[in-house]
Amino acid sequence: MLEFVNFYLIPGLVLGSIYALGAIGVSLLFGILRFAHFAHGDLMTLGAYLALSIVVGFGWPAIAALPLAVLGTAAVAVGIDRVFYRPFRAGPTIIVVIASFGVTLMVRSVVQLVWGVEITSYQTGIQRPLIFFDALRIAERHFYIVGGAVLLVATLHLFLTRSRMGKAMRAMSDDPDLARVTGIDTARVIAWTWVIGAGLAAAGGVFLGIDTQLNPNMGWNLLLPIFAAAILGGIGRPYGAIAGGMVIGMAEELSVYPWITDQPLLSPGYKTAVAFGLMVAILIWRPSGLFRGRVF
Amino acid sequence: MPDALFGPMMYVIALLTMGGIYAVIALGLNVQWGLTGLFNAGIAGFFAIGAYTSALLTAPDSPNHLGGFGLPIALGLAGSMLAAGIIAYGVGRICLRLRSDYLAIATIGIAEILRLILKNEAWLTNGPRGIASIPRPFESLGQPWAQLAFLAIVVALVLVAYLAIERGLNAPWGRVMRAIRENDVAAAATGKDVARFRLQAFVFGSMFMGLGGALMAHSFKFIGPDATEPLMTTFLVWVMLIVGGSGNNRGAILGPLVVWTIWSATELVTNRLPPEWITRASYIRVFLIGLLLQIVMQRFARGLLPERPPVVAATPPAAAGAVSARERKKPAE
Repeated sequence: MLEFVNFYLIPGLVLGSIYALGAIGVSLLFGILRFAHFAHGDLMTLGAYLALSIVVGFGWPAIAALPLAVLGTAAVAVGIDRVFYRPFRAGPTIIVVIASFGVTLMVRSVVQLVWGVEITSYQTGIQRPLIFFDALRIAERHFYIVGGAVLLVATLHLFLTRSRMGKAMRAMSDDPDLARVTGIDTARVIAWTWVIGAGLAAAGGVFLGIDTQLNPNMGWNLLLPIFAAAILGGIGRPYGAIAGGMVIGMAEELSVYPWITDQPLLSPGYKTAVAFGLMVAILIWRPSGLFRGRVF
Repeated sequence: MPDALFGPMMYVIALLTMGGIYAVIALGLNVQWGLTGLFNAGIAGFFAIGAYTSALLTAPDSPNHLGGFGLPIALGLAGSMLAAGIIAYGVGRICLRLRSDYLAIATIGIAEILRLILKNEAWLTNGPRGIASIPRPFESLGQPWAQLAFLAIVVALVLVAYLAIERGLNAPWGRVMRAIRENDVAAAATGKDVARFRLQAFVFGSMFMGLGGALMAHSFKFIGPDATEPLMTTFLVWVMLIVGGSGNNRGAILGPLVVWTIWSATELVTNRLPPEWITRASYIRVFLIGLLLQIVMQRFARGLLPERPPVVAATPPAAAGAVSARERKKPAE
């Protein structure tokens, strides 16, 4: 039982938190701008590497570098939107999807160019896990990650429910035409959506870097689970995206638990396929997701 | 032939061969996206199915993977198209009812699952080590005739693919496809079975992607899971089709040749750089390809060879009215 908690449940929770942070952005962007942002995973990569520069340059711990990485990534995302996505706003959304393909290539090659392709990490050496209740072990970094994710999500909740901009954002996600008629400044809402989406993505990237390692493909590998989480939670539903992220993260980790025999239920090589498989299944049988999101 | 010319000539042959193989794949994508409007982002998956099918059918017997069966290459190519077509039928049956963005996500997911299978099922594919000693046709002819003969095969296949798709395009079938792309509701209202036509286009296009994968495997005599990375297949083919002009089959041939020439020419430049810059330069190339895509999409949205609307033959007034009503339904570009 404790083995189950230590090696399957807690990693699932950590992975789920990271997916949730990425999925909120995908879901908000899909809801407000009406397109699947394929470069979102690479924004996570960018955030993780921006933090790496601060960690290496100033000797700060990664968690302290996180706010700066979030701001940097948000600024880059707003810039990318201006240059590469805005010109296509009036046309069919599928063109923007193709443009985001191109941005994926560009962001990743910049990361490879600036930081190299070697696998790196924020700190070297083995981290001792904290020990609680005799056998229940929780690594210190897992505390940071889950705690940080909860803090960010709580802030997001306050923003969406209390601030004018947050309310405008939800209104626009629900019905863009109605929002425009009521005098909401859509350009500002879009800019803020990028700031929030990319900022949370960068935080997710940094958390993944803290949990494991950094490599230029880390974001691309996250992209499909994040889409899966966003669709599972219902497009345009940030709270659904959080739940979706948790479900997908848990499903991935728990799929390799020896449920029936003493062998893993699924060969660990196929762990990531669980997310993809779930995603395709949701798309086909319940495209509105668990929380009745919109289907475009 | 003077030696000074031999190297460059071999280079041009290799360039045209690769460009031609990509043209086969881009023609397949043109059937799906350019003509029918199906956003297939899982090109790498069908490419991989074709490459591995032909590799297993034609490679000599090996304890490392299933087979190989040592069959003739022509059978391998036919098998690759058949396998890609069958898988595409299955994928299409479940996925094609999805709207464009969702279809893109679903096809990427399926391609990634396929890549995991190729990596993990070592009994079938030799896992990450890949399949080696795949035969290359006409190898006994020696340089440069073997390369020329292979190029001739590729050119012939590009031509066959082009003619087959053009034939379909100028038939009623092609007009239905365009109608579905522009307005599927209107197409359904005129009594067309939209789902069936979409499935046909998806299977037809995927078969060419499989064929392209098989040609690539025979060209390199090796195929491994890394060759099915989305970057070098899915993304590059999309850039090629958009640069060439989606919807136009000649554009689908010209685009790959142009983009592959740019891609290779930048390699010539970057190889002259000091060694510590060579590895980095390859990322600059990828960046430039991404930028090229953005520039083409913003400035030359219709590509090098824009799509030409089909010529509608003169029809009796009543029928002509019916046709133009459908044409008028098209949203202004």
